[in-house]
Parts: sequence; structure tokens; C-alpha cells
Amino acid sequence: MQELFQQLANGIAWGSIYALIALGYTMVYGILRLINFAHGDIYMVGAFAAYYLARLLHAGGPDPSPLLAVAVLLGSMVICAGLGVAIEFFAYRPVRKSGRLTALITAIGVSLLLENLGIRLFGADPKFFPQLVAPRTVTLAGGVLVTNHQITVVVISIVLMVALTLFVQRTRTGKAMRAVSFHRDAASLMGIPVNRIITITFAIGSALAAAAGVLVGLTNPKIEPLMGIMPGVKAFVAAVLGGIGSIPGAVIGGLVMGVSEYLVVGYISSTYRDAIAFIILILVLLIKPAGLLGHNVAEKV
Amino acid sequence: MIRRNTMFRAAALLGLLLAFAAGCAKQSNEIPVGVYGSLTGTTATFGISSKQGIELFMDNVNAAGGVAGTKLRILVEDDQSKPEEAATAVQKLIDQDGVVAVLGEVASSRSMAAAPICQQAGVPMISPSSTNPKVTELGDYISRVCYIDPFQGMVIAKFARQTLNLSKAAVLRDNKNDYSVGLANYFSESFHAMGGTVVSDEAYSEGDQDFKAQLTVIKQKKPQFIVVPGYYTEVALIARQARELGIDVPLLGGDGWVSERLLEIAQDALNGSYFVSHYWEKDPNPAIQKFVADYRARYNSTPDALAALAYDAAGVLVNALETLNKEDPAAFKSLSGPRTEKQKAARAKIRDLVNATKDYPGVTGRITLDGKRNAVKSATFLGIKNREYEFVAVVEP
Repeated sequence: MQELFQQLANGIAWGSIYALIALGYTMVYGILRLINFAHGDIYMVGAFAAYYLARLLHAGGPDPSPLLAVAVLLGSMVICAGLGVAIEFFAYRPVRKSGRLTALITAIGVSLLLENLGIRLFGADPKFFPQLVAPRTVTLAGGVLVTNHQITVVVISIVLMVALTLFVQRTRTGKAMRAVSFHRDAASLMGIPVNRIITITFAIGSALAAAAGVLVGLTNPKIEPLMGIMPGVKAFVAAVLGGIGSIPGAVIGGLVMGVSEYLVVGYISSTYRDAIAFIILILVLLIKPAGLLGHNVAEKV
Repeated sequence: MIRRNTMFRAAALLGLLLAFAAGCAKQSNEIPVGVYGSLTGTTATFGISSKQGIELFMDNVNAAGGVAGTKLRILVEDDQSKPEEAATAVQKLIDQDGVVAVLGEVASSRSMAAAPICQQAGVPMISPSSTNPKVTELGDYISRVCYIDPFQGMVIAKFARQTLNLSKAAVLRDNKNDYSVGLANYFSESFHAMGGTVVSDEAYSEGDQDFKAQLTVIKQKKPQFIVVPGYYTEVALIARQARELGIDVPLLGGDGWVSERLLEIAQDALNGSYFVSHYWEKDPNPAIQKFVADYRARYNSTPDALAALAYDAAGVLVNALETLNKEDPAAFKSLSGPRTEKQKAARAKIRDLVNATKDYPGVTGRITLDGKRNAVKSATFLGIKNREYEFVAVVEP
């Protein structure tokens, strides 16, 4: 029983990372109907931005200061928000009117560009991510062991997700985002600055991916330029599972993915760890193509 | 008209390039030797250490006038830590650069991807440090200067069973990696034969970040030690996560742990753990100390076991070239010329001479190749204490 709880606790912490990345996929898809394949690589850039910021600020010493850690997290989020906006402006905006396939291929191109640029700039060998928060193990009820890093991951993820939901539901900009997602042309006719809303969406999505990158570096302190590929794919599956375009769906999808990975390794076989993501994807597409919380959209012909 | 003009220009340019390339291939009367390795990617330190070891040896040879006055030229290709790239890299070295011998790889999966190409082309390949037995089974042009995994697995089992007196093992292997799977199997076989039991056998894939699910399963089985026959990046993360889950038993592993990055990532998590290596850099043997000092002077870092093995692989090759020059100077001369039947015969002679290596005095011990082209050598057991390596024992074959 203790083993089950231990697996669940770790699964939730790992799933929170997927959830943060999945939010970016789902937001961009909601607004542009574009699968932003470069999103997993923005997560990688987030980790590296934090790596260099931490070295610049000397934040990774033996007795790290929590203030510096927060500064590194926010700094990396800002850098990646800028990167996301730049990618949208230079890569996606010029092809926005050329159909969805063109945009999709552009996204794959941007993804490859970021990966190889990462190899060029950061070097391909794995780097040790500095300890922004001194590691400590905490025993929860029932003998379940978690680290303060894992708790930080879950707490920061929850805070960011709640903030995002409030932003989308309660603010004017959020309302505008929902309007653009509902019908871009109509929103534009109602005087909503569509381009600016799209820019904001990319900024927020990329900042969340950066946060995920920093949090992963904190718990598993090894970062390398290709680290975004697998989590990117899995977070994409999580977004599809939850219903792409739906914010709570992305969170649920991420957690389901994280927990199921742990349960598969724990009770079936570690060989199927990566396979489970794609089994889930196939099942979702067969049984409920719109995802858990998505709604079916009638395609106009 | 315009189009034809462009095409003509393109053709002219292409012709010029081809002429240039052909000129490059012929121009020198040096002996071209190919090196391929993982200069980038998940096991980047493997390739970098090996390349530096080879360069150090070859530059010493060239500084002393080369082999019988003919210099050696090293051509290096990066395989990005990927088997498919290793095959491409070796193909390029052979087809475009016309190398007469190839040195590489560390990882068995990558050596096994490149070996058939060398065998087919009749170019001798010496692997410095691939330990999976299947590597040299791919053909008589393929040899190595290190011991093989059945021995390494036996050494780990013997050390755990007899020196540490433990009987319950867990294994956490890298399922995508021939080296790791082979070593895990050989360890388990030997450990069973010595009366031990493997209570848990779990797997991961190279590049994984998170191992807590597997470690949680292992923890429930209460092993006395965990064998992690993988490569350093994953091993370091596994060690950290094991400690975070409250697993405090020692980890044991093989020469895949050899890297300066291991303890940088693992920090204190590997204290009290042990692994098998090929040499010990603080060995008082003057030949070893000279090698360590030369390497430090040039690269400003301590040579690890993979650098030392690569240095020896280069040594075994040069040794064969020197013998060839003595026995058959005409054949030796053909090595710096174009690809001819004569050179092919010379390369076959290099193969025979390398395979017949006996008592070559390397920095990783005396090297003698057996009938299966594997080196018969002792293994060095190292322990980790307070983030420092310490010598534990030498195990003879």
C-alpha cells in the first residue's frame, strides 16, 4: 500500500510538469488551431536560460537563497515569453494565412532549429543544473517520501494554473482570448486586437513551459539540448487526452499521464513506460476523439 | 538561354569541387587514420576523452618523426552518441577520407553499427573500450584492447558476493543499450552461480530523466545493493533519486560510469558505491604517471580510463604499422598512397599484425589479443568516498 502511495505521489509531481507544458499546447491550439511543435524546445530553452541566469547570479551555492531562486525562475519565464513571441512573429505570422499544414510544418522546422541551435550554443553534453533550493527529503503520512523539490513543483504548478484560469476567466484580456478562440474573424470585427491577443497567448504559454523546464532542472539536475523532445510529445498527448483547447483538460491530462507512467512501471513493466503515452493517445482518438473535456466541433464544409 | 547558362555554371562549379576534393584526398604522403566517437550527445565525455588520448599518442609519434619517416594524419568524425550516425561517420572516413585503419568507439551499440562497414571494406578497426562480446564477433578486421563484459560482470558479482559478502541484488539496466543489457545478464548469471539472488530486475531507456517509479519497486524488494550497468549521466540521476527515496544501499556498476561528470551530477549520492574500471590514474607505475603528466600538460584535466584505453588502442595500431614497415616496406609505402589492391593487401597485413599483438606495454596493462581478438587484462575496482575515487582492488582474469 505504501508503495502505491509512493508511486502516486511521484506520479503527481511528474504529471504537474506535463500539465504545465500541456497548457502551452492547448492555449496556442485554442487560439490558432496550430500544434506548436516547438513548445517542447521552449521548455528546454527555459531550463538553459535558468542555468545561465543561476550562474550569472551565483544562485547555486551550498546555501542557496530562495529569493535568487525565484528571480531565476521569473527571469527564465520572461526570456522564454520573449522567445515565444519572437517565434510567433517571425515564423508563424508570415504563414498564418497559408493554411494549417504550412503552419504545422513551420512549427516542426522551428523545433529542429531550436534543438540544433541549442546543441551549437549550449554544447550537446549534459549539464549539471545548479541547486537553486537545497534538497531535503520529507516523510508524509504512511511513510511516503517526497523531496522539497517535488513539493515545490506541485505548489508552483498549482499556483500558475490557478492564476492562468483566473486570468482567462476574469480579465478583459482573458475574455478577448476566449473570443478569438471562439471565432477569430468575428472577434476581429468586434474590435479585438487579434494579433496582440495571439502575442499574449504565446508569451504566457512559453513562460509556463519555461517554468516547467526550471522545475525539472530542480528535481532532476541534468539538462541537455534534446531534453524537450520526449516531454514535449507526452505533454502533447496530455493536451489531446484532456481535450485540446481546454485549460482544465490539459491539467487533468498531464496528471493522468504522469500517474499512469508510474503505475505502468510499478505494476506492469518498465519497458512500457514510453509506450503508455501512445496507447493512451490511440485509445482517446478511438473512444473520445475530442478528449475528456473537449467538445466536438462540427466542421463546416 | 539564361537557364542553360546557370546549369553550365553549376556543372562547372561541381566539377571544380570534385577536382578539389580529389586533390585533397591524394595530396599528402601521410597515413590517414580514422577516429569516430561521441564528441557530443548523452555520452560526450566518452568521445572527447578517447579523441584526446588518441591525439596525444599520435602527436608524440609524429613529433618523433612518424613511423619510419611517414607521419600519421588523424581524421575525426563525431557520431553524436547515436549508432546510426556512427555508421555514417565510418562510411565517410572510409569512402571519402580513405583511411587505412579506424579507431573507435566506446559504446558497444555504436561499435556494432560501424564494425560491419569496416569489415566489408577491409579496414581494420580497433575499439578502445567497447566491452560487449558481440563487437569483435562481427569479423576478423575488428579487435579491441579492453576486456569483455562476461569478465566485467563476473568481477562485479565476485566483488559483491565475496568482498562485500552480500547475497540480495537488484538490477536496473538500460534496455536500449547493448552494453548495459549484456553486462546486466552476465552479472546475474555469475551472481546466481555464486549463490546470490537477484530480487528485482528493472529497466529504463537512455535519456530518461526520472527513475523513481523503478526505484520504488526496487525499494520494496529490499536488496542489499543495486547494480546499475549504465552510462554516467543516467547513473548519476539514478543515484540521486535512490537517495531521495531513502534507499541507502551501495550501487555497483561497470566502466560506463567513467566520466568527470559522474560525481558533478551525483554530488554525494554515490558515496559508498563501487565500479569497475580499466586503470587507476594514481598508479605509481612510471609509464602511467608519464602518460597522466603528458595528458594533464596538454588538456589540463586528468585522463580517465577511456582516454587511457584510446591511447593504448593508438599504440597497438602504431606498433602494427612499425612491424609492417620492418617486414614488408613496399606494403607499408602503399598505405600513404591511393586505394589499390596492393593497399588492400597491406591493410589485411595490418589486421593480422594487430590481431597477433602480444605483450604490448600499454598504460592500461599488458595487452595480448586472444583468438577472438579480445584483450586479456585485469580489471581495476574503484570505490567512491567523499566525492573522491579510491583504489579498491585489481582483479586478474
